[in-house]
Amino acid sequence: MSAVPNKAGSAASPPRGPAGRDRSPASTPRTPARWPRVTRRARGDAVSLVFGVLVLGFLLFPLYWMLNTALQPGAATADLPWFPRTIDFGNFQRAWESQAANLATSLLVALGAVAVCLTVATPAAYALARLRMRAANAVVFAILITQMVPGIVVANALYNAYVELGLVNSYAGLILADASLGLPFTIVLMRAFMVSIPEEVIEAGMIDGAGRLRVLLSIVLPMSRNALITGGLFTFLFAWSDFLFALTLNTTDAVKPVTLGIYEYIGAHVGDWGAVMAVAVLSSVPAAVLLVVAQKYVAAGISSGVGK
Amino acid sequence: MRAPATARRRALTPWLFLAPALVYLLLFFGYPLVRNVVMSFQDYTFATYFTGEAPFNGLENWRAVFANELFAASLWRTLLFTAGSLAGQFGIGMALAVFFSRRFPLSGVMRSLLLLPWLIPMVVAGTVWRRVLDQETGVLNEALQALHLTSAAVPWLSSPDHALLSVVLVNIWIGIPFNMVILYGGLQEIPAELREAAVLDGAGPLRTFFSVTLPLLRPVVTVVLVLGFMSTVKILDLVLALTGGGPAHSTETLGTLTYQLSFLQLDFGQGAVVGNVLIIISMVFAALYLRANRGGGTR
Repeated sequence: MSAVPNKAGSAASPPRGPAGRDRSPASTPRTPARWPRVTRRARGDAVSLVFGVLVLGFLLFPLYWMLNTALQPGAATADLPWFPRTIDFGNFQRAWESQAANLATSLLVALGAVAVCLTVATPAAYALARLRMRAANAVVFAILITQMVPGIVVANALYNAYVELGLVNSYAGLILADASLGLPFTIVLMRAFMVSIPEEVIEAGMIDGAGRLRVLLSIVLPMSRNALITGGLFTFLFAWSDFLFALTLNTTDAVKPVTLGIYEYIGAHVGDWGAVMAVAVLSSVPAAVLLVVAQKYVAAGISSGVGK
Repeated sequence: MRAPATARRRALTPWLFLAPALVYLLLFFGYPLVRNVVMSFQDYTFATYFTGEAPFNGLENWRAVFANELFAASLWRTLLFTAGSLAGQFGIGMALAVFFSRRFPLSGVMRSLLLLPWLIPMVVAGTVWRRVLDQETGVLNEALQALHLTSAAVPWLSSPDHALLSVVLVNIWIGIPFNMVILYGGLQEIPAELREAAVLDGAGPLRTFFSVTLPLLRPVVTVVLVLGFMSTVKILDLVLALTGGGPAHSTETLGTLTYQLSFLQLDFGQGAVVGNVLIIISMVFAALYLRANRGGGTR
């Protein structure tokens, strides 16, 4: 085995670990600091900081208002205080009572979609990145094309196929449909990552007598942890956010994710803004948690060009 | 003759690894694409569920859809909605990307907090904005009136004259983070020396941006716009949550029309026609995307 560069790999986007994205630009050389410059810089920083806070406040205001409405009793009135003076969890209690089961459904479906997506995407990404194949570029191209198929078109055909297959109103049906939302992205992302793994590491494994599958499972997979996390995370978010499949592939209440729950809830409780906003808060929890806990993966995922 | 056998096996291995994904993509993207085309020539309606039959009816669905006034109006609105959304998302996203390229304390934290609108489910975003834009109890009207910017409460979502604009504004809000993050990434990859050189040559910040930064950013700009186009043109969740396509169909787009025809009127044949139109529009932009990609953009 020679170290000829992988043909499929050479055409790929520059390998970039999803992690260290934020680090490199900070090291641009600065002119040696002299005192007047430092103060001017500090003043510029202060101005930017204030402007940044204003932008942030402006753009995040609707989300603040969601929280503010959810935390106060009597939220239907126009003259709602701008800050919750007395915090009241009554809205959340009502929201939880009606939506807890739907939240559990969303969680189950999203986790199922992640499992399906990663199981299918990993070997495919490995083959496209690491196994010499002529058609690799054509396959990647086809995968990118799938992103252009509108969801409603998929739902239109899928619903009728699901009726014939008996998959309407089933967890399996929704999980499979939701997994398709993250699959193309995950394959492309993991492939770009696997291309960057040094050939020697894999060769060393092969010399030790491991087969292709062993190499994938015990060498490539652990090294691709970041790409795996990023792909899984986005598949989770897509599946959690999915409304279209939840709406079209279910005709009864048997499988009702929270996106469908809130849609029906606002129809039935249109005056009870407090409770509706509490449901909104509850269904935003995964996004908020991921943003805090897995921030660098989220940023890396969007940077590699996710079309939602 | 062992050598050819191993060679063949080696050529087959990648396909074994690829098979599950390819089958999956074919079933969930390829099949719907083909089935939609076929369905658009079929009398696929409520009756089909009883009889199990969907007889072919030639161009009947196509004729019905094109004769439907809602279709032309929806097509036009979809284009307006998409153009307005893209202009707003891109303009503000670019401004923020440039702003955050200047390093200052907490800029990283702020950048990630700004992602929230994009990360929450679109139905939830729609619901939240319905609260903010509510004519009687919404905080936007309350604020505008307190500032004496409007004399009466604006019917943001309940008047046919305002609803489309409101939906566009909300969609801009949703799309800003995506535009900002990708453009920010693109800006980071432009060597600082190039901009410094322009400054040394006496170019002001605006001149530097338009003659140095923007041309270098072009591949990224194309990708952002095309991805934005494709996610906007088929929009459905947001419209359903905000207005349900109303009032008086004033926010009906091709996405919601497909849904209406197929899942509410149970005329899947006509729904498929509108879906096919959506695909054709997407394909035109897919072609643009590919041309841009071949032009050197690696993402």
